[in-house]
Amino acid sequence: MSGDKPHIVPYRVYLIILVALIALTLGSIWITSIEMAEYTVAAALLFAVVKSYLVLTYFMHLKYDKRYIKAMVGFVFAIFLVVIIITFLDYLFRA
Amino acid sequence: MQTSSAVNGANYLTYQGKYKGLLGWIFSTDHKRIGLLYMYSIATMFATGLLLGLAMKFELLAPGKTIMEAQTYNATFTVHGVIMIFMVVVPGLPAVFGNLMLPLMIGAKDVAFPKLNLLSWWLYVTGVFLVLAALLFGPGAPDTGWTFYAPYSFKTGTNLLPAVFGAFVLGFSSILTGLNFLVTIHRLRCPGLKWTKLPLFVWTLYGTAWIQLLATPVVGITLVLVALERVFGVGIFDPALGGDPILYQHLFWIYSHPAVYIMILPAMGAISEIIPTFAQKHIFGYKAIIASTMAIAFVGYLVWGHHMFTAGMSGTAQYYFSLLTFIVAIPSAIKVFNWISTLYKGAINVQTPFYWAISFIFVFMVGGLSGLVLGALATDVHVHDTAFVVGHFHYIVFGGTGFAFFAAMHYWFPKIFGRMYDKSWANIGWLVFTIGFLALYTPMFYLGIMGMPRRYYDYLEEFHGGNILSTFGSWVLATGFVIIVVNLIRSARKGEPAEKNPWHSKTLEWTVSSPPPVLNFDEEPVIGENDGPYNYK
Repeated sequence: MSGDKPHIVPYRVYLIILVALIALTLGSIWITSIEMAEYTVAAALLFAVVKSYLVLTYFMHLKYDKRYIKAMVGFVFAIFLVVIIITFLDYLFRA
Repeated sequence: MQTSSAVNGANYLTYQGKYKGLLGWIFSTDHKRIGLLYMYSIATMFATGLLLGLAMKFELLAPGKTIMEAQTYNATFTVHGVIMIFMVVVPGLPAVFGNLMLPLMIGAKDVAFPKLNLLSWWLYVTGVFLVLAALLFGPGAPDTGWTFYAPYSFKTGTNLLPAVFGAFVLGFSSILTGLNFLVTIHRLRCPGLKWTKLPLFVWTLYGTAWIQLLATPVVGITLVLVALERVFGVGIFDPALGGDPILYQHLFWIYSHPAVYIMILPAMGAISEIIPTFAQKHIFGYKAIIASTMAIAFVGYLVWGHHMFTAGMSGTAQYYFSLLTFIVAIPSAIKVFNWISTLYKGAINVQTPFYWAISFIFVFMVGGLSGLVLGALATDVHVHDTAFVVGHFHYIVFGGTGFAFFAAMHYWFPKIFGRMYDKSWANIGWLVFTIGFLALYTPMFYLGIMGMPRRYYDYLEEFHGGNILSTFGSWVLATGFVIIVVNLIRSARKGEPAEKNPWHSKTLEWTVSSPPPVLNFDEEPVIGENDGPYNYK
C-alpha cells in the first residue's frame, strides 16, 4: 500500500508497537546489567535502532508513504551514517 | 475560497485582518508580512553587530589599549560573532527573501504551514532576547568566541548559558523554516511548474532547507551537551573527566560548516535571478547550476574538518578533509562560470542590483580562492588563527551574504514595497560600501600572512599600518550602510510608485501587482510548456 490511498491503521497495531517499545526500553536497561565491556554501547545502540525503526514505520506512517518520502528518510540516514563514520575514522587513525 | 481581490482589494501592506496595528503584523501568518518581520529584526541585529564590529576595529586602530580592555574585547568579538552568525547571516536570505518570494515564485498563496512560519519568527525573537540576556545580566558577557569551544566554554566565569540556550532556540527557528520550505516546494507548486522550470532561487532555497533540517539539530544537541558539561560535569568534552574537546569541534563544525552554505546558497540563488534579468538572457547552464547547488549542499556536508587542521586530528582525516575541500570548490566555480557566461552577448542593463551582483561575484571569488589557502594543509598551518582567516571569512560570509542580500533587496524592493528607490543614492551607497569593504578586509590577508594573530586586542608595531587602513575601511563601510538604509527607508515611504515588472523579469512574482495582493494571485497561475523563468527573447 502506498501513495495517496487512504489507510486506517487499527488501534491494535498501535498498541502492539507501544508494548514492543516499552519492552525494548526495559530490555535496554536490563542489558546494562550484563558485563559486555566495549560492546555495551553497541547493544544500547541496537535497541535504539529497532525502536526508531518501529516509530518511523508505524507511528510516523512511513510504511504507507510514497516511495520518494521513504527515499528521503533513507538519504537522511545515509548522511548520518557517513558523518558518524568520518568522525570515528579520525579516532581510529589518531596517534 | 477567498480570492486576493476579495480581501478588500488590498495589498498585503495595507490589509487589515483580525488584528490592527502592530498586532496585525506580529500575529500575521501572511508569508510576506513574516518576511518583513524577519527583515526588520535582522536589520536591527545587523546594526547592533555592526556597532560592535566598529568598536573592535577602533580598538585595533593603535597597538595597546585604545578604547577597551582585553576582556571587553574578548566579549565584544564573541557577541559580534554570535549576533552576526546566528541572528543575521544564517536566517538572512532564506528567512527574509525566502519568506517574501518563495510562494510568489512558485504560484502559491502562502507557505505550506503558515502558523509554523509565524512560530519560527517568534522563536527567532525569543532566541535573540535570550542571547541579549546573556549580555545584560549575570557575571559578564560571554568571551569564548562564537564557536563556544570546549573546554573553555565550560570553564569561563562569564554568563554563557543564556547565550548557548539562545543559539539553541535560534536553531529551532531555522529547522522549522527549512521544513516549511521543503514541504512548500514539494507540494504547492502551481500546475505546470515542473522541477526543471523552477527559478534558481527556489532551487537554492530547497538545497538550503535540507541543510537546515539535517545539520541544525547536530549543533542543537552539541550546545545542550556543553550546557550539561558546564552544569553537571558529565565528562563528554572535558579531558580532565575523560572527555575529548576535539569531539566538540567535530560536532560543532558538522553543523557550522554546512551553515556557511545555508548562508551562501540562497545568496547564489538571488544572484542567479538578477544576472539573467539584467542581461535579458536565458541563464547559461540552468541544469548545471541546479546540479552544482545540490552538489554544494551535499559535499559541503562532508568538509567540516578543515576548520580543525591544527586541533589534533589524525593525519588521515586531515588528508581526507583537505581533498574534499578542494572538491567543493568545483561546483562553486561552475556557478561563477555560468553567471559570467550568461552575461556574454547579453543586453546588459546596468542598474543597482546588477552592481551588487557583479561585486558579489568579485568578493565571493576572492573569498573562495583565499579559502583554498586555508584548505591546503601546509599553508593552513602557517595562517591558521591569524587575521588571514578573518579576512577570508568576512569575504565569504559577509561579502557573499551581505552583497547578495543588498542585491536581492534592491532587486525585489519595488515588488515588496510597491515603490522605487532613488537610484542615484542607491548607486552611491553601493560604491561607498564596496570601497569600505575592500579597505576593511583586504589588509587582513596581508596582516595574517605576516603573522598577526586574530582575537587579540593588541598587536606588534609592524602591523600598525594595515590596521589603520582596516579601521578606516570600517568607517567607510558603515557610512555606505547608512546611505543605503536611509535611502531605502525613505524610498519605501515616499518613493515613486513602482511598476508591476520594472526589470522585465520572467519569474512569477513579477506577474502580480506591486506590492502583491494579500493572497498573491487572483487566479492560480498555470505554466505552459513554452514558459520558463528565464525565457528571454
